[in-house]
Amino acid sequence: MISGLMGKKLGMIQIFDERRRLLPVTVVEAGPCGVAQVKTVKKDGYEVAQIGFQEIAEKKLNKAELGHLRAGKSKLWKHLREFSILGKCQVGDLFGVDIFSEGEDVFVQGTSKGKGFQGVMKRHNYAGGPATHGSMFHRAPGSIGNASYPSRVWKNKALPGQMGSKRITVQGLRVVAVRPEENLLFISGSVPGSIGSLVVINKLQKEQ
Amino acid sequence: MNQLERLEQSFAQESVPFFEIGDTVRVSVKVIETKSSGKKTEEEKERIQVFEGVVIARKGKSVSERFTVRKISFGVGVERIFPIHSPSIAGIEVVRKGKVRRAKLYYLRTKKGKAAKVPEREFTRTPKASAAKATAPATQAAVEKTEDVEATPKS
Repeated sequence: MISGLMGKKLGMIQIFDERRRLLPVTVVEAGPCGVAQVKTVKKDGYEVAQIGFQEIAEKKLNKAELGHLRAGKSKLWKHLREFSILGKCQVGDLFGVDIFSEGEDVFVQGTSKGKGFQGVMKRHNYAGGPATHGSMFHRAPGSIGNASYPSRVWKNKALPGQMGSKRITVQGLRVVAVRPEENLLFISGSVPGSIGSLVVINKLQKEQ
Repeated sequence: MNQLERLEQSFAQESVPFFEIGDTVRVSVKVIETKSSGKKTEEEKERIQVFEGVVIARKGKSVSERFTVRKISFGVGVERIFPIHSPSIAGIEVVRKGKVRRAKLYYLRTKKGKAAKVPEREFTRTPKASAAKATAPATQAAVEKTEDVEATPKS
């Protein structure tokens, strides 16, 4: 068993939950994911399973990727990610959505939708200035620091730049329904990324 | 129908009663009451509550489709919005067919007395195209109904 799965976001729908409330859920086609490599403390310094998702043709991989996957006699995978091992697992093992149960708490990682180069109002929720009355100050950031001290701009000052298209983790989500025959997971709420993008669903591991 | 729409449909009710805008309907709603009698033993009891009024709007599609029922209660206008596929709805019964010419009857809100009444339609129109729309996805859902039903939240 492993601590999570990779999947493809299919989109959002609404379903009724057991308390008869209409609930927004994200449908994710997750797995089957296969173990590509098992890393051990002895050899790699930490214990983890490298998991592959979406089988792919040989010609779509480069020699380095092929060599890595062939070395472990694993199937050829498009995506590789590391997950911690719960219990036993060896190269070639396949895991599906049945590692999750209904009502289980999960957190999901994905790449958020890209918004491009954005100003401070959209990117950092700056207030901006009045639109009218000749203010001449509309969407600009305004002052970004003081003069004599520090007479420079502080590090991490929120300024315009690339927004979105970055790795986002969403916590506090719940698996509402599991359909193993279709490899589908129904996760409460929204999940980062556009439809069709890769998402990683992790089990919430309680500290021991 | 794409995969997502098909999935959403699989969570819908098998069949939804046929009714139209302007109809007077009697909606039976399942209500859960929690009774705390004396000692802290909380008892959950389910009963049926009836809401009767004129359907003034239908919105959305598939599982998220909902309809608005308006009635005058003790001189005060009351509107309730029900999700058509909600497991809380025990039944929808058409009491009276209405004769209306628009899809949203929001104008009833500003009317009083006789003007706020929807005229009755004498002949019952055979549920043709619009009815097929209402029942077709339902029957389709019944066909698709395989092992997935256990995922469908039912009462």
